[in-house]
Amino acid sequence: MGETVTVKIALPKGRLLETTATLLRKAEWGLEGYNQSMRNYRLGSRRFPDLQAKVFNERDIPVQVAVGNYDLGICGLDWVEELSIKFPSSALVKLRNLGYGEGVVCLAASHHQPAPTTEELKEETELIRIASEYPNLAEYLALGLRLRRFSVFPLWGAAEAYPPESAALVLVSYPTEQEVLASGLVSVNVLLNHSAFLIANKNSWEQKDLSEIVGSIEGQLPFTAEIQSKKAATISAEKGYHPWQTDEDTVRIALPDGHQQTHTVTLLNKAGIRVEDYPSENGNRRPGTDLKGVVIKVIRPQDMPLQVANGNFDLAVTGHDWLTDHLTMFPSSPVTELLDLKSGRVKMVAVVSREVPADDIYSLRQLVAKQTTPFRVASEYVNIADKYARDNHLGMYKVVPTWGATEAFLPEDADLLIENTETGRTIARHNLKIIDTLFESTGCLIGSRNETSSLVKQERIESIVGKLRAAVEGE
Amino acid sequence: MRMQRCKGTQDLSPEEMRKFRLIEGAFRDCCLKWGYEEVRTPTLEYLHLFTSTGTLTPGTLGKVYSFLDWDGWSGERVVLRPDATIPVARSYIDAGQDGGLTKLFYVTNIFIFEETGKETRERWQCGAELIGAGSTTADVELITLALDILKKLGFRKVELQLSHAGLIRALLAEFGLTSQEQASVFDQILDGDEAVFNRLKAKTPEVGEALAPLLDPKGQSAGFLRNLKALFRRDLPEFEPALDNFIDIVDLMEAMDYSYQIDIGSGRGFEYYTGIIFQLSAGRQRVAAGGRYDALIPLMGGQEVPASGFALYLDPLMGLVKPETLDGQLPEKVLIRAGDSTPETIREGFRIAAYLRETGYGAEMDLGTQPTEDVRWILDVKNEAPRFVVTDTTTKKEFKARTAKEVLALLGGNGDS
Repeated sequence: MGETVTVKIALPKGRLLETTATLLRKAEWGLEGYNQSMRNYRLGSRRFPDLQAKVFNERDIPVQVAVGNYDLGICGLDWVEELSIKFPSSALVKLRNLGYGEGVVCLAASHHQPAPTTEELKEETELIRIASEYPNLAEYLALGLRLRRFSVFPLWGAAEAYPPESAALVLVSYPTEQEVLASGLVSVNVLLNHSAFLIANKNSWEQKDLSEIVGSIEGQLPFTAEIQSKKAATISAEKGYHPWQTDEDTVRIALPDGHQQTHTVTLLNKAGIRVEDYPSENGNRRPGTDLKGVVIKVIRPQDMPLQVANGNFDLAVTGHDWLTDHLTMFPSSPVTELLDLKSGRVKMVAVVSREVPADDIYSLRQLVAKQTTPFRVASEYVNIADKYARDNHLGMYKVVPTWGATEAFLPEDADLLIENTETGRTIARHNLKIIDTLFESTGCLIGSRNETSSLVKQERIESIVGKLRAAVEGE
Repeated sequence: MRMQRCKGTQDLSPEEMRKFRLIEGAFRDCCLKWGYEEVRTPTLEYLHLFTSTGTLTPGTLGKVYSFLDWDGWSGERVVLRPDATIPVARSYIDAGQDGGLTKLFYVTNIFIFEETGKETRERWQCGAELIGAGSTTADVELITLALDILKKLGFRKVELQLSHAGLIRALLAEFGLTSQEQASVFDQILDGDEAVFNRLKAKTPEVGEALAPLLDPKGQSAGFLRNLKALFRRDLPEFEPALDNFIDIVDLMEAMDYSYQIDIGSGRGFEYYTGIIFQLSAGRQRVAAGGRYDALIPLMGGQEVPASGFALYLDPLMGLVKPETLDGQLPEKVLIRAGDSTPETIREGFRIAAYLRETGYGAEMDLGTQPTEDVRWILDVKNEAPRFVVTDTTTKKEFKARTAKEVLALLGGNGDS
């Protein structure tokens, strides 16, 4: 055995956190503060002093391990496959099924219509729209099924809200096939059964001694999580939604889920628009409304500009930041801001580690010019980040897409962040500093510049925009 | 920071470009003489052009360069052309052709991702498509055209391998594979996986037993195919149409004294073939391939029209072309030196250079740093009579001349003769 070397591991937040924490507790790693309420993403191990653990969104982990920022990682096999199906030469080794966090990735349709067979899908000559958080797997599946014509909408979430009106098919992951049904979907084709996996960077695996760490986990397998019992209880009754009854006069509105809901409800109340069961306690994504000729779905604000561009929705409440990201990618998109809602004000900022000797983008550019390694820009807003790096001539840069908690990427795993911030406190707490402000962002109502299908619909849209404008201006 | 070439791409040097143009020139010259007309299709196409069943295999589709265009919010992707035949077929349909005879050729690049970056991801092809002719004569015409071009390029030992897509399909049906499985197995075969027959044989030994002669199908005569036909006539009548077609083609090839090898498992990564599939190899490298694809144009929404084609692969050919084939390509070179560098002598230098070029020489002004190894003549321009001094670099002899015509006479008259 040689001298000790630092080993880095990427651990998951979210759905796998508790089970993974239990496993590592049994393996006696002595990780301090790996729990749902953690404030620090960097963790040390009492048992393995040379181990550095960092906590990521699960989806970021395969990328971080593949690029060699981490030697080991724990995440769902679904995200590993999402990466390696598109980039088969990724330096990833799947070491061990950890036996928890099971799920099934399947292609699903609305249960309100007879599910199409794969033969029927193959014969279809019209465009088939597939929405998914797994765009690479979705494309792979569509090619494998020999679909003649398809388009894939990448999603941030809420895929179950899309069929049948906004997408014919969704590629989704649920713990079991029953739960696919429970969310109003029916499985057409099962692509993958997955569970939590221990993965390694290929070079690390071939060159570093990871035996003690891997062995400590191996010793606990097969491992059944104590908290798994919770799972069965949370399966709700089938969400008995009704598909939209729409005609050319119907106005289709997208409202945000997540923390933007509070602002949105306040605004709707002020405008005198009643929306029932929003926010919904049981995850209903199709709230009712007293507005005539209007239907509503609740989806992720990140996904809205693309959905409006595609004509799936006429109006949507999202953020100026997401609209800007969309228009940066698609400059001729028909989506436009109809109304500034003046809520949820944040700044889009460029952030570096406090250790970096640059206080503005110009001095940063000079630093980058001397650098011989690629400059890494991490952001949830990949198009804004790409344009910013391009416009500011940050040399040989690459954009690292992230799915949240981007602050934790600096300084080890990225050199610059493009992030939104309300107060700047989180940035300061992570020992980071702002070197540039790109723009301010508030909530906004978006719509399409394309002509609407009918005059009645046009009038309805104008009426809703009018009510919301009055509510905003009345503040 | 040193700027690097993108992984999996290549720069073509002047010498490589000479080879490239030599091959392209021989190809274009032959095609034009055979009555084919040149077309060029765009580099960008919609992905869905290639995704329909019967166009590209999922294996190939998994390696295309596809992306969202600037107006790609609908999610429909565009690709860097991964194949040359399908766009030509599309353009044929686009142009509203009536199903009549159309003979087209093209020189184009195609883009396929190759993981290791060791092989090039941008590949050049010279291809010909014969649309509207379904006869065996048409099949043999394409093979003959391809062989003609290779002969012009100085290739003496070219191997010809033949297979037949109709026969492969009939064979796979015999293994009781569902249409879905059949397609994927066929894909594997066409993706070049020849071991797949052997796996099938192992899986269903009793069928494999009966089909063994076909599963190891290497023969060198029409007689071989007739033997196969005789063997299967009673048990497998569904093999007959494909075998008959194959025999007709091979008969014709024998009448034309072609040597060939029948190898059912040979093929390449397309599944649009319906009839004969052929490939040509030189120096153990595959340098051309083609075949009949009667179903492609109807499948893409065009009329029922038979079609076939082939492509020469420029990249391996460039490596195989012998240096002597390049001889005589370039005209004799004259280096012109304006002795005292006054505007008058320089002007006189440019003038005589233009005159020499018109008469077939290569003429270059001396810019002070000119390498002289490949210079046949040096022409010094003076500002007093006699104005020109010609030096023969091989004999080192000098000749004086007063006029451009005298210079030309000294050089021997005609640079490219």
